[in-house]
Amino acid sequence: MGRPQLIRWAVIAALLLFTLFGLPQLFSLYYIDSLTQVAVYSMVTLALGVLVGRVGLISLGQVAVLAIGAWVAARLLFATTQPYPLVLLEAGLVTMVAGTAIGLPALRLRGLYLALITLMLAGAITVVLATVNFPNGGHGFTGYNGALINIPPIRRPSVAGADPAYFRYSVLIAALMFLLVLAHIRTRPGRAWAAIRQSEPAALAAGINTWLYKLWAFALASFITGVAGGVLAGAVHYLYSIDFPTQDSIILLAVVLMGGAYSLWGAVVAALLYQFLPALLNNWGVSADWLTILFGLGVLQVLTTAPAGLADQVPKDLARLGRLLLRLRRPPAPRVPSQGGTA
Amino acid sequence: MIEVEGLTVRYGGVTSLDAMSLTFEDGTCGLIGPNGAGKTTFFNVLSGFVRPAAGTVRAFGVDLLSMAHFRRARWGVRRTFQTEQAIEELSVFDNVAMVHEHSGAGAGSRRRDVLDAISFTGLDVSPETRVRTLGAGQRRLVEVARAVVGQPRLVLLDEPAAGLPDEETSHLGEVIRRIPEHTGALTILVDHDMSLVSACCQTTAVLDFGKLIASGPTATVLRDDDVIRAYLGVA
Repeated sequence: MGRPQLIRWAVIAALLLFTLFGLPQLFSLYYIDSLTQVAVYSMVTLALGVLVGRVGLISLGQVAVLAIGAWVAARLLFATTQPYPLVLLEAGLVTMVAGTAIGLPALRLRGLYLALITLMLAGAITVVLATVNFPNGGHGFTGYNGALINIPPIRRPSVAGADPAYFRYSVLIAALMFLLVLAHIRTRPGRAWAAIRQSEPAALAAGINTWLYKLWAFALASFITGVAGGVLAGAVHYLYSIDFPTQDSIILLAVVLMGGAYSLWGAVVAALLYQFLPALLNNWGVSADWLTILFGLGVLQVLTTAPAGLADQVPKDLARLGRLLLRLRRPPAPRVPSQGGTA
Repeated sequence: MIEVEGLTVRYGGVTSLDAMSLTFEDGTCGLIGPNGAGKTTFFNVLSGFVRPAAGTVRAFGVDLLSMAHFRRARWGVRRTFQTEQAIEELSVFDNVAMVHEHSGAGAGSRRRDVLDAISFTGLDVSPETRVRTLGAGQRRLVEVARAVVGQPRLVLLDEPAAGLPDEETSHLGEVIRRIPEHTGALTILVDHDMSLVSACCQTTAVLDFGKLIASGPTATVLRDDDVIRAYLGVA
């Protein structure tokens, strides 16, 4: 590993440690809950980033996929005493199968048509979930009992019952998902996805089974989103289908584009925009509805001036600002009188 | 050796390749013709992107047309495109490794094979360099490295020198000329630069409006009256 890479990993480790142990000390429970949501949604934006940024597949159904993960996890948490990590794994795997099944017929499509199909499928899933309802401690397959008065909360892992501990737990799970994606993009699937995004004919000519690798991307994205759904179930304790509106998938795509679909940092920025910014505005007494307008303008700005998103643009702008400040602080170089005559 | 027999491709009412029959002997062969002559269509048939209306292609005794497109790379077909396709966000090494890992060559020799392919092209940058930082000529060399890695049997180069200055074209020509002896692959070069075709190809075939109008030793073909007429439009 080269020196710059070592420095990068050291910075990431320091940031992670600060997030785990520093942030819960600095923020109130209100913001810690919001940051737990950021951790959850950073997995969702990470997964969407894989589809959009790495492979060029636009999905507008991610919130429905998240709902599937949350449903499966909630059902298992009510019905069994399995350890939480095992439930997350199972939620991820079931969602992976469901998400891949959604992706399967859509694989022949690209761009707008793929987006449309995924949006319609997400709408269908939302309707089904509204009918079936989220488990609330009842019996049977759906685990829903409408007559229940004292609804039990969805349990959390025994090591992370309190909000700050659950925040740390969520961040660790999110970090694992980021490592999973990193392991993909640094190796064979990542190279194949890069080739597909660049040009599908060229990828085919290079021997890449584009169908298989696109399906792989759908499977990975669905798995991660399913795990995120499982973490969300424990975070909120109670789940309702109204919390997963279809149109949120559109906002999700907007923040992913704003944050930066091509970098892993972009997923974090996108999740902060999606979950932390509304919490901040609410606390200041400003309606979070304004964000829809702000995100619209943000996407417009990003698409026209910074296609790689804020994760790419902000460091560049900061570096530019730093150079400018340095130049202002330094006195101008004295003029050297020209020596010798002209030719 | 590649034997093409009665190959016909139609797009609606347009016949892009009209009963093309030709044998490509080992070495580097040129394939030339005016725009729209059917050269890229022929490459698209060999790559599996276009299904011909009629005809057969036997490459080293194998029926190439019955193979799924993505399996042809594993068998040994490599190809470059008119528009440059090196992947900007990946390093030079990863660009070439991407082809190697789908070529059927073992992972054990990957690093050595990839570095060997890069050094074969004479690309004088670190393999870890991102392709987005390279110039046009260097990117074309990355594409050639991708085309020669992992035991290719058939290398198809579609206008690899398009838009390059003379100096870079002559280096590229040098590299292309050495592909058959370095890899053992039959190489077909499509280009409009006649000096490049003359420098690289022992034999050349000429297409015009989908029909094969000449084939044989390059020097003879380039002096052929029909070929001159097709290119210059002399009556």
